[in-house]
Amino acid sequence: MGAYIARRLGSTLVVMAIVGLIVFLLLHLAPGSPAAIIAGDNATPAQIDQINHQLGLDKPLPVQFVIWAWAVLRGQFGTSIFSGVPVMDLVMQRLPATVSLTMVTVVFAATVAVTAGVFAAWRAGGILDRALMGVAALGFSVPVFVVGYFLIYLFAITLRWLPVQGYVPLSQGFWPWFSHLLLPALALGLAYLALIARITRASVLEVLAEDYIRTARAKGASSLSQLFHHALRNAGVPIATVIGIGIALLISGVVLTETVFNIPGIGRLTVDAITNRDYPIIQGVMVVFAGVYVVINLLVDLSYTLIDPRIRH
Amino acid sequence: MSDAALTAIAIAPRPRGLRRLWRRHPTLMIGGAVIAAMVVLAIAAPLFAGNPLTMDPMHRLRPPSAQHWFGTDTLGRDVFARTVFGARISLFIGLTVAFGAIAGGLVVGLLCGFYRRFDAVVMRVMDGLMAIPSILLAIALVSLWQGGVPVVILAILIPELPRDVRLVRSIVLGVRERPYVEAAIAGGARTGKVLRRHILPSTIAPLTVQGTYVCASAILVEAGLSFLGAGIPPSIPTWGNMIAGSELYLALAPWTIFCPGIALAVLVLSVNLLGDGLRDLLDPRLSRHP
Repeated sequence: MGAYIARRLGSTLVVMAIVGLIVFLLLHLAPGSPAAIIAGDNATPAQIDQINHQLGLDKPLPVQFVIWAWAVLRGQFGTSIFSGVPVMDLVMQRLPATVSLTMVTVVFAATVAVTAGVFAAWRAGGILDRALMGVAALGFSVPVFVVGYFLIYLFAITLRWLPVQGYVPLSQGFWPWFSHLLLPALALGLAYLALIARITRASVLEVLAEDYIRTARAKGASSLSQLFHHALRNAGVPIATVIGIGIALLISGVVLTETVFNIPGIGRLTVDAITNRDYPIIQGVMVVFAGVYVVINLLVDLSYTLIDPRIRH
Repeated sequence: MSDAALTAIAIAPRPRGLRRLWRRHPTLMIGGAVIAAMVVLAIAAPLFAGNPLTMDPMHRLRPPSAQHWFGTDTLGRDVFARTVFGARISLFIGLTVAFGAIAGGLVVGLLCGFYRRFDAVVMRVMDGLMAIPSILLAIALVSLWQGGVPVVILAILIPELPRDVRLVRSIVLGVRERPYVEAAIAGGARTGKVLRRHILPSTIAPLTVQGTYVCASAILVEAGLSFLGAGIPPSIPTWGNMIAGSELYLALAPWTIFCPGIALAVLVLSVNLLGDGLRDLLDPRLSRHP
């Protein structure tokens, strides 16, 4: 087990190093010098020279990469071109909104999807199954921002049940915080829900054909116990995997959802950075999100032995 | 190619076969029909849709009517004409990215499956690419390389690549252990010939299915990029641009957002249905209803 964790940790570090290299090279292989990009469109040649010197851009590329990577490891992604504030400070400021949105979405989507997926597998071909697969097909096809505007139009503008846009921190009360996150989480979670529901249904369906399920039924276990205790537990590994992989889907969706619902999170920070061509921010956010994705997948891999003790590394 | 695929090709052209195909694979036929209709409308757009760029500020934000089927937007432009012309961009991007990603995935994947050393390096790079959220990578590429449609296509294509490379690679690794491939190698066939004659055919069916999914995903990412202002220039009517430009008028003129939005959803749903249908048709083992 220890050796497995060490090996898995090693490959995670390799992936992160490659992410760093890709993000670094994106800036350095782009047309125009990095200094000109960092200095912005209105920079004078003198300013560009100064930046070249400051950032050590006159040094050879591998040396520059090592210097940059060392700074990133210490959490220094440079400063925003537009506001002059360190990128890491900006990211930390925006973090609570994004984390709130993602957590609410993951909890909501995973709970609904796993429950619905189990029941759909139980009565495969039935009404619930067909309805769920229909919703899943829609979830993969309707873009986050179209769902978002539809939900705003229906629940906020027409019915006036929920606020239209914006974000309220948790410190101002649970309901104000939650009511602002409900519609965004629904919009963001639809594709994620579709993904988890499909996998849950397929893997539970496979397990339900096993001998031990028949045994459980024969000894008189209730339907719910058969489904959730015997079947779901054994179908857990692919479900945990897809919940982890799906985080990547969620992160891409966060950028769009925060724009639709005007939530001041990391996604919104990125979109504002596009307009200003604030490259250090885009670079920093890419590394942070890739880091989150890699760590989550590491945790998912390590959780396999907890879910299924038969798995030995 | 699998037996099922050969059978499908053999029965497809006959009318009786068509009816059978409809009964057995309704999703394939529905998806295919909607896509065909959209392609025809998009190609014929200049003949019937009117001008998507003509502004008419006197008649701005008008609801759908006999004259303007989908109403007008904030500059008085006809939403129907813009939606129909927007289909051209979406279809073009979807097809280009699908062909590009499949071709790229095929070449890199075949090489990875056959050359160990190349494989070790390339797969690590693919792992790295997969860890970066696709829309962020695309945003970074577009904002750095600034250059219109070709850059947008590349920016959507690059994050799509790893999945296609992995798919081809896994097929190659599976097939190269088969006796007929070993026999060909033992018989002295050159690597190029083994790849072309003995391994390539096994990838055709799965790649056709994968291609439809890449196409659907590319259409969604393009719309997302345009919506965020990091895609096709706003002067060109695309569905993402239309929605982004009408953000403020959701309460006042919902048709300016929902018409392109529904068109986008219907197209992507059809492409996904076509993909599901093709998967069931070409590889019954992967069927959704086991």
